[in-house]
Amino acid sequence: MSADRLDRERILNVVLPLGIFLAALAAWEILVAVKNIPPYILPAPSRIAATLVSDWGTLSGSLWVTLSITFSALFAAVAGGVALAVLFAQWKWVERSFFPFAVILQVTPVVSIAPLLLIYLDGHTAVLVCAFVVAFFPILSNTALGLASADHNLVDLLDLYRASRWQQLLFLRLPSALPYFLGGLRIGGGLSLIGAIVAEIAAGSAGQGAGLAFRIVESGYRLNIPRMFAALVLISVAGILIFLTFTLLSHLMLSRWHDSARRRES
Amino acid sequence: MNAEARAARDVVRLRNIGKTFSNGTIALAGLDLNVREGEFLSLLGPSGCGKSTVLRIIAGLAQPSTGVINWTTANHERPELGFVFQESTLMPWTSVFNNVWLPLRVAGLSKAQAASRIEQALALVGLSGFAKSYPRELSGGMKMRVSIARALVLRPTLLLMDEPFAALDEITRFKLNNDLLRLKAELGTTVVFVTHSVYESVYLSTRIAVFAARPGRIIEQIHVDAPYPRNDEFRHTPQYAESCRAASHALTSAMDSEDRL
Repeated sequence: MSADRLDRERILNVVLPLGIFLAALAAWEILVAVKNIPPYILPAPSRIAATLVSDWGTLSGSLWVTLSITFSALFAAVAGGVALAVLFAQWKWVERSFFPFAVILQVTPVVSIAPLLLIYLDGHTAVLVCAFVVAFFPILSNTALGLASADHNLVDLLDLYRASRWQQLLFLRLPSALPYFLGGLRIGGGLSLIGAIVAEIAAGSAGQGAGLAFRIVESGYRLNIPRMFAALVLISVAGILIFLTFTLLSHLMLSRWHDSARRRES
Repeated sequence: MNAEARAARDVVRLRNIGKTFSNGTIALAGLDLNVREGEFLSLLGPSGCGKSTVLRIIAGLAQPSTGVINWTTANHERPELGFVFQESTLMPWTSVFNNVWLPLRVAGLSKAQAASRIEQALALVGLSGFAKSYPRELSGGMKMRVSIARALVLRPTLLLMDEPFAALDEITRFKLNNDLLRLKAELGTTVVFVTHSVYESVYLSTRIAVFAARPGRIIEQIHVDAPYPRNDEFRHTPQYAESCRAASHALTSAMDSEDRL
């Protein structure tokens, strides 16, 4: 009985969404075939798949560029965000003095900074900085919130045992902040990809360092719509993989203790 | 030093302690209290009477607005203390073993150096088999035991407990009451125990300080002379009933004085 129910649940959870997704693709395919829509207006999924294969040489290079920018920016954002959050937690005046800068960076849309950065920096660096700027804030603010959320009784207990500030940070505040940090990382991971794409579109940089965004712009000029879609597919897949990776990481690190990663007993 | 002389020695003396919070609330006024070595002292009173504040002041977690605290240690400094909160206050991200390690870790002991003392403390509270468990996997009573093991791992001179069993069911509370008396007998630790339960205070204590609120002060002290070891039988003795009546009466007059204010 219960095994049956488990099976049914699995079917509903996995097979149903997958089926609906495939059905949507099939409907798209059929629509294009029946209405005889030309590929320069709307390519069929099969055509997009074929383009992915035939243009893989160009697209994979661009995918690599985009991913390397995304992860370099994210890495810098994690290092900077966590370091600054720790400084915030240790010294209140640092937080009060520097938080406004972080907010200004956050509320100013990255598209509007990109042209300025392109004047100051070379294309590649400017794109990297843009991706960093958007990923930095969620990691900083989440980590800072986490560091401040340590159980007050545990803080008292460490005071009672005359723990130093750094012991308090190491034994209590950093582990308390972990779930918040991982939440920030998930948001930051997605945002740094968006930042990299948006900045590259603004930069329009060509040549060897051309990422997926440039391929989209380029394909638009050439009315190579199937390749445009193929690049879009790669961006989506990259975004989904980034999200899944961090969700898995978060699950692995928290599954033994944090409510967010635990199944509720029914 | 003979037993009586030891029993008469104070661990800490609080003189004329007052505490006014920043919002103007007077939590404590003119409080005098001596904690004697080896005694089990309960601070009994209605909520908001400042009994937890006394505990926090003794622990050095809060500063008194007036008055002085005298430690009778050789250098007049605060000796090793243990503190148990109302919640078990464990670190959810790590094992029972590592939770009990915390005080020793702060003192600079590595896991290997601390291991035997951690195991001893866990054995004391009957949790030897649970070193690798995470707090989430334990019941409320077991979590409280871990919390007590953590408080005892440094073998403190004075154990401070702030309504530690208030959130537990009665069966668990009775069991932990007995365990606490057994631990106290084994280790000879002095205990200051905050509670709002008349029955719990009488069952556990050698002395009960009854508090009244606004401002927090001690209005009566009750000595419970029944010898240790005490067990559930003690709950059915006339002496227990008599002490409960006395404590209850003192508590009622504490509440009355509050109503008049």
